[in-house]
Amino acid sequence: MQIRNPKDLVAGLLFAAFGVLAVVVSSSYAMGSASRMGPGYLPRALGVLLIAFGAALALRGLRPGAGARVRWNVVPLLVVLAAVGLFSVAAKWLGVVASTLLLVVVASAVSGEFRWRESLISGLVLGAAAVAVFVYALGIPLPVWPAFVGR
Amino acid sequence: MDLLANLALGFGAALTPLNLLYALLGTLVGTLIGVLPGIGPVATVAMLLPVTYGLPPLTALIMLAGIYYGASYGGSTTAILVNLPGEMSSVITVIDGHQMARQGRAGVALCVAALGSLFAGCVATMVIAAFAPPLAEFALRFDAAEYFSLMVLGLVSAIALAHGSLLRAVLVTLLGLLLGIVGTDPNTGIARFSFEIPELMDGIGFVAITMGLFAFAEIAINLESAARRGAIAERISRLWIGWPEFRQAFPAVLRGTAVGSILGIFPGGGATLSAFASYTVEKKVAKDPSRFGKGAIEGVAGPESANNAGAQTSFIPMLTLGIPSNAVMALMIGAMIIHDIQPGPDVIRKQPELFWGLIASMWIGNVMLVVLNLPLIGIWVRLLRVPYRLLYPVIVLVCTIGAFSANNNMFDVWVAMAFGALGYVLLKLDCEPAPLLLGYILGPMLEDNLRRALVLSRGDFTVFFTRPVSLAMLLAAAALLALVLAPAIRRRRDTVFAERE
Repeated sequence: MQIRNPKDLVAGLLFAAFGVLAVVVSSSYAMGSASRMGPGYLPRALGVLLIAFGAALALRGLRPGAGARVRWNVVPLLVVLAAVGLFSVAAKWLGVVASTLLLVVVASAVSGEFRWRESLISGLVLGAAAVAVFVYALGIPLPVWPAFVGR
Repeated sequence: MDLLANLALGFGAALTPLNLLYALLGTLVGTLIGVLPGIGPVATVAMLLPVTYGLPPLTALIMLAGIYYGASYGGSTTAILVNLPGEMSSVITVIDGHQMARQGRAGVALCVAALGSLFAGCVATMVIAAFAPPLAEFALRFDAAEYFSLMVLGLVSAIALAHGSLLRAVLVTLLGLLLGIVGTDPNTGIARFSFEIPELMDGIGFVAITMGLFAFAEIAINLESAARRGAIAERISRLWIGWPEFRQAFPAVLRGTAVGSILGIFPGGGATLSAFASYTVEKKVAKDPSRFGKGAIEGVAGPESANNAGAQTSFIPMLTLGIPSNAVMALMIGAMIIHDIQPGPDVIRKQPELFWGLIASMWIGNVMLVVLNLPLIGIWVRLLRVPYRLLYPVIVLVCTIGAFSANNNMFDVWVAMAFGALGYVLLKLDCEPAPLLLGYILGPMLEDNLRRALVLSRGDFTVFFTRPVSLAMLLAAAALLALVLAPAIRRRRDTVFAERE
């Protein structure tokens, strides 16, 4: 049998999986009774609802009918997230200027029209702006320069 | 008169130099992001939220509100000139607005959009001033059962009015509710779903969630489709509107204002829905509906007035009941809680300067928008020429630092990354992520009120049906669901939302 609407099926299974997770994790919390609801009462109810409605959506996806396939192209997502992740580990150690440069260059790499010089300049300008706005004006506690330089 | 005294109090509070400055800043930033496609008001409000931590509460709210209605205003510029919606709420303006621009009437279209928005903004602010206090008065008598039913009604109507599949909206909302109760249970002190991670004891940060869902995920989707921008319309003719065009547009502005003011109040409503509904109305009442899509001035005047009116009146449930009607209002509630203000009917009574000051600032902001933006159109057009490849790294950077600055903790950045991935998957599977944020904000309140209602009734669930106000709200929720599920309406709903494709 050919699955006609994978979007419904995948979405349904995804939400049902969240429901299963909620029920499993909250099974260790006290359920309580209706008049004295424990911490597990609502999470379990929500989990059951997620499973029920998720299953309904997944079943609808099995029904024959016109449906579009999902076309995944996760490269841009992964690269953008990698740029963010790099910044998050580098900021405390390399400082805002260098981490901003890193973030901008990595993030720009997936634009489809990447230019080295342009993204380097943009990264440096934004690094300076980030220092001025976030570090000095707003007082966000991040170092400006790498930890191993100067001091 | 009470109203006048209250407004005087409000203007007194809003007309301080600091508040004027931030109203200006908010409306300018709002217009900017409204003009730029690819970043919406939700992400911007979340991004600037940490900036407002150090401000007085009223100033913070004035600025955040300015971003929201400024965005619905700025979106129209892009819609008219570039044939691309700068904002969801101006999707419909593209249809006739860009046609007008191609006929060399861009100046007229921009002018109508601006003046229509101004008129609608002023009327809608009046509506808030007139209706919010009695509504809050009424809500003061609410008990836990009423609040629970009210939240159910709010969630149901947000689900009913969300576009796309109902089942998906239900699921996204449920997931949001679940995410909202992550963290320490206030009643028992037990950490729920925290997986032994200390940062999760306080719950998931809503700035991080918003950045992930509305900035990172959106950018990934935009990059994937690699859609390039259309050409910017030729030179803008003079920004003026003649008498015959004014006569043609004015009734549409009136109708748009009425539609927007009403729809804005409903949870799930707000700017976008109001614009769609207004366009449908204009097509219905027009003598010659075939003109629409070919540069009908009513097709710009109606929706643009409606989206601004809707943006303003969506503050009513937030300010009087503490119930968010859309994702931006959910963020506003978050902002109020950060400033130690519990949103709800008490706000008007206990903090009248805050309430009336915010309302007065909307008036001031609307005037600022028109006075400043018509002359600034040239700058916005130049901004539109900045290519997306230069723009999105800036958004990524600001959101990353913004997520960090919420608690000065990198953990929030990682949470934002996770929600970026989740948001991407949801968007890919045709699930609108906005109801997730509503559920997230309402989750803890819903649980608290459910608990208290059932303690009072000793575990008797009929309490929600025996108290008249609570019953009425549940019946309204049921009626709304029945209405949306009815085959005839369902078809109509699909066509209304299909027009945006």
